[in-house]
Amino acid sequence: MKDERRVVVTGLGVATPIGIGIEAFWDALISKQCGIRRIESFDPSGFPTQIGGELPLFKLADFIPKSYRKSAKVMARDITIALACAYHAVTDAGLRTKCIIERGETSEPPNIDSTRLGANIGAGLICADLQELASALSSATDDDDSFSLKHWGSEGMGNLTPLWLLKFLPNMLACHVTIVHDAQAPSNTITCAEASSHLAIGEAYRTIARGGADACICGGAESKINPMSLARQQLWERLNIEDNETPDRACRPFAEGRCGSVVSEGGGLVILEALDHALARKAKIYAEVVGFGAGGNASSWSKPDPEGKALALAMRKALADADTSAEEIQLAAPLGTGLVDYDAAELAAWNNVFGNHSDEMHALTTRGTIGNNGAGAGGIDFAAAVQSIYQKTVPPSVNTDHPDPQCRMGFVHNDPVDANIHQGLTVGYALAGVQCAAIVIREFEE
Amino acid sequence: MERRVVITGLGWVTPLGDSIEAVWKRLLASECGIKKTEIFDANTFPSTFSAEVPASLLKTIQQINGAAHAGASRNTHFALAAARAAWQHAGLDTALALDPTGVGIYLGGGEGPLDFHPFATAAVTGCRDDHGNLTSLDTARWANAALKLLNATNEVEQEPNLAGGHLAVEFNAQGPSINTLTACAASTQAIGEATHLIRYGDANVMITGGTHSMIHPLGVTGFSRLTALSTRNDDILTASRPFDRTRDGFVLGEGAGIVILEELVHARERGAPILAEITGFGSTADAFRITDIHEEGRGAIAAMKGALDSAGLGCEDVDYISSHGTGTEENDKIETLAIRTLFDDHAKSVAISSIKSMLGHLIAAAGAVELITCVLAIRDQIVPPTINYQTPDPNCDLDYVPNKSRPMKVKTTLSNSFGFGGQNNALVVQAFEE
Repeated sequence: MKDERRVVVTGLGVATPIGIGIEAFWDALISKQCGIRRIESFDPSGFPTQIGGELPLFKLADFIPKSYRKSAKVMARDITIALACAYHAVTDAGLRTKCIIERGETSEPPNIDSTRLGANIGAGLICADLQELASALSSATDDDDSFSLKHWGSEGMGNLTPLWLLKFLPNMLACHVTIVHDAQAPSNTITCAEASSHLAIGEAYRTIARGGADACICGGAESKINPMSLARQQLWERLNIEDNETPDRACRPFAEGRCGSVVSEGGGLVILEALDHALARKAKIYAEVVGFGAGGNASSWSKPDPEGKALALAMRKALADADTSAEEIQLAAPLGTGLVDYDAAELAAWNNVFGNHSDEMHALTTRGTIGNNGAGAGGIDFAAAVQSIYQKTVPPSVNTDHPDPQCRMGFVHNDPVDANIHQGLTVGYALAGVQCAAIVIREFEE
Repeated sequence: MERRVVITGLGWVTPLGDSIEAVWKRLLASECGIKKTEIFDANTFPSTFSAEVPASLLKTIQQINGAAHAGASRNTHFALAAARAAWQHAGLDTALALDPTGVGIYLGGGEGPLDFHPFATAAVTGCRDDHGNLTSLDTARWANAALKLLNATNEVEQEPNLAGGHLAVEFNAQGPSINTLTACAASTQAIGEATHLIRYGDANVMITGGTHSMIHPLGVTGFSRLTALSTRNDDILTASRPFDRTRDGFVLGEGAGIVILEELVHARERGAPILAEITGFGSTADAFRITDIHEEGRGAIAAMKGALDSAGLGCEDVDYISSHGTGTEENDKIETLAIRTLFDDHAKSVAISSIKSMLGHLIAAAGAVELITCVLAIRDQIVPPTINYQTPDPNCDLDYVPNKSRPMKVKTTLSNSFGFGGQNNALVVQAFEE
């Protein structure tokens, strides 16, 4: 049942290894920069994979009111990334939220009712700060230096700050963002790995369309640049272990000879807004969201389905929801992990839905450039697809120049290509396709 | 015409058992599921007790779940058992011509318990030099140990979205699959959002609810450091005292609650039992503080009001509120204030209870289990009690159905869940009427 209200994208906020803020990110993307390097924020020498995508230095203080700075001590890295993205998205949209007003960046009154501003922010399984936790744990040992639960319960745990748990609850991304921007409308935290952002944006789209909010800050953020995340990815054999010396060639989505993924950190939060609300405040309108679909892999939770059925179903549902067809899509924005079997399954899904039309589609994946941060990946990909439609430009997709024979989509390899894109389809999926989501974005026309 | 969403199946795994009828009877009989913690040795922890799913029950569940799910986390095992019961209750195990692409999953699934011992051992190793002296963490040394000690399956099964993955395979559910983790509000949110998916037409059937266990050393550590847990180690059966003046925190519980939501026409066409209808859902954020609930209960009021408005109801229509009622000083006071503010003249005449007094706090799974009791209250025209209610608190002056279940007219119920950090959700469940 199609709802009445049209929903548009009015703000883009991203934090990526090649740039923070949509302009910096876009400039780097079209000039084919790569953000994968040797990891510097901790010593990676004990790991087979020592590369990743780390964010440029940023100061949380630039993205929150002064009065909120003391809260920084209860924030995992993921939360600070979400706050950076939210600030950029809100600023880009010209929304005067509490944060913008308290920072003194405007003297005008708010232009959004707080009770009509929602937040739907995807998050990962946030890893505890290992330095902090390990040194606390190592204080609780028996005489033989082995860990002692008894000593942990009686004294050791006291070495953790009282608010320790709050740093790592996944819903704290949304909670801090809603506090800073005073967003009191529906609020959700979707924890579905790389599908999180698309599911969050899709849910926000529906919420606004049915009148549950006038605008939502939505997308996701995550950091996998920490020892525990790296260890997990390593144990799951998802990482490229061969290209430590050539990090900018390490993640090769849909390429022949691809050999794994690269971890990173980042996020993408966007402002979705009811069209009437956006028009009333004369907002810049990037594009319209017109369809959402989701599905799940019912064949396995650990191995990708070689046919990619669940992802194909999500795409078909999104196309039907948008009342459009595969032939009317000009831009494909796949996830593209760089994993042999995952990419094969994803290609099977795209080929299944798009058939011969695949040969005529432009395509864009950011994985080769910014790696895989998990829950924030989809928000960045969504923002890149929106910007591509808005700028009528398809940026190059790093490391896609020796495509898998099954890959029929037209990635750009060097200079950006001018293109009139009426509609784009962007997707995300978790793990082995356990959760899949797709969104149709349309060029805005009154 | 709007698609109506009804409940056609119920299932749970709780500290008091896994049979809907048996656990319901025990709740109505004011039984308590709290015991000394057995999952790990908590003797030196500030709280030495919790409401665990009995080990024997978990073992039975694991056997039924079978080899295919052998590596699953505790959460996933709970979810599979609860979902199987709900699926059978709804008659979906024998349903013909069910379109699998119209069957979705929306869980409030918590992160699986950390694989604690190897994790702690790696941490200790990473903080010792070659001579065994304590140092700051050497990441390379830690990596060496961690990559040997940690197990790939145990790590991946901790991902909060994995319970949903297991369910999709078990029930061939190919429709939308989503996991939310809005802390203590997660499963209420999941059921509310699943209702929206059915209304819109994204699915005809949703397997929804939540599953969670934080009864592991780091989970208990986290809540202990927050001083959120009751430390009444000398009187554990009465430790969970929602709305009582002597309350000193919540008791950690674990388990799962799953309901089958179904579009009304779909349910009718296959002759499914219609247990109740979800008619309203409200979701809000306090947008106040990470550590405190808004003093006036702003977000809680808006969530309850949103749920009632979307159901087209007024406060006077509500017979029973299944409260969030954690037993912390702050929650119970502000939840009471929020109900009093919103319900005004009607506040004193609505029956309110907290089954957390008997089951402890199931965190992400709490809301779904509580919602199930609302459905049963409507069916049996009786509401469960808030046990351990002895000393009135002037800040909590409403009718909490103290100590004994109460037969009464129950047609419309409201189920509240409020998450740490300020995400609030409320659902309206009503007796089904044509």
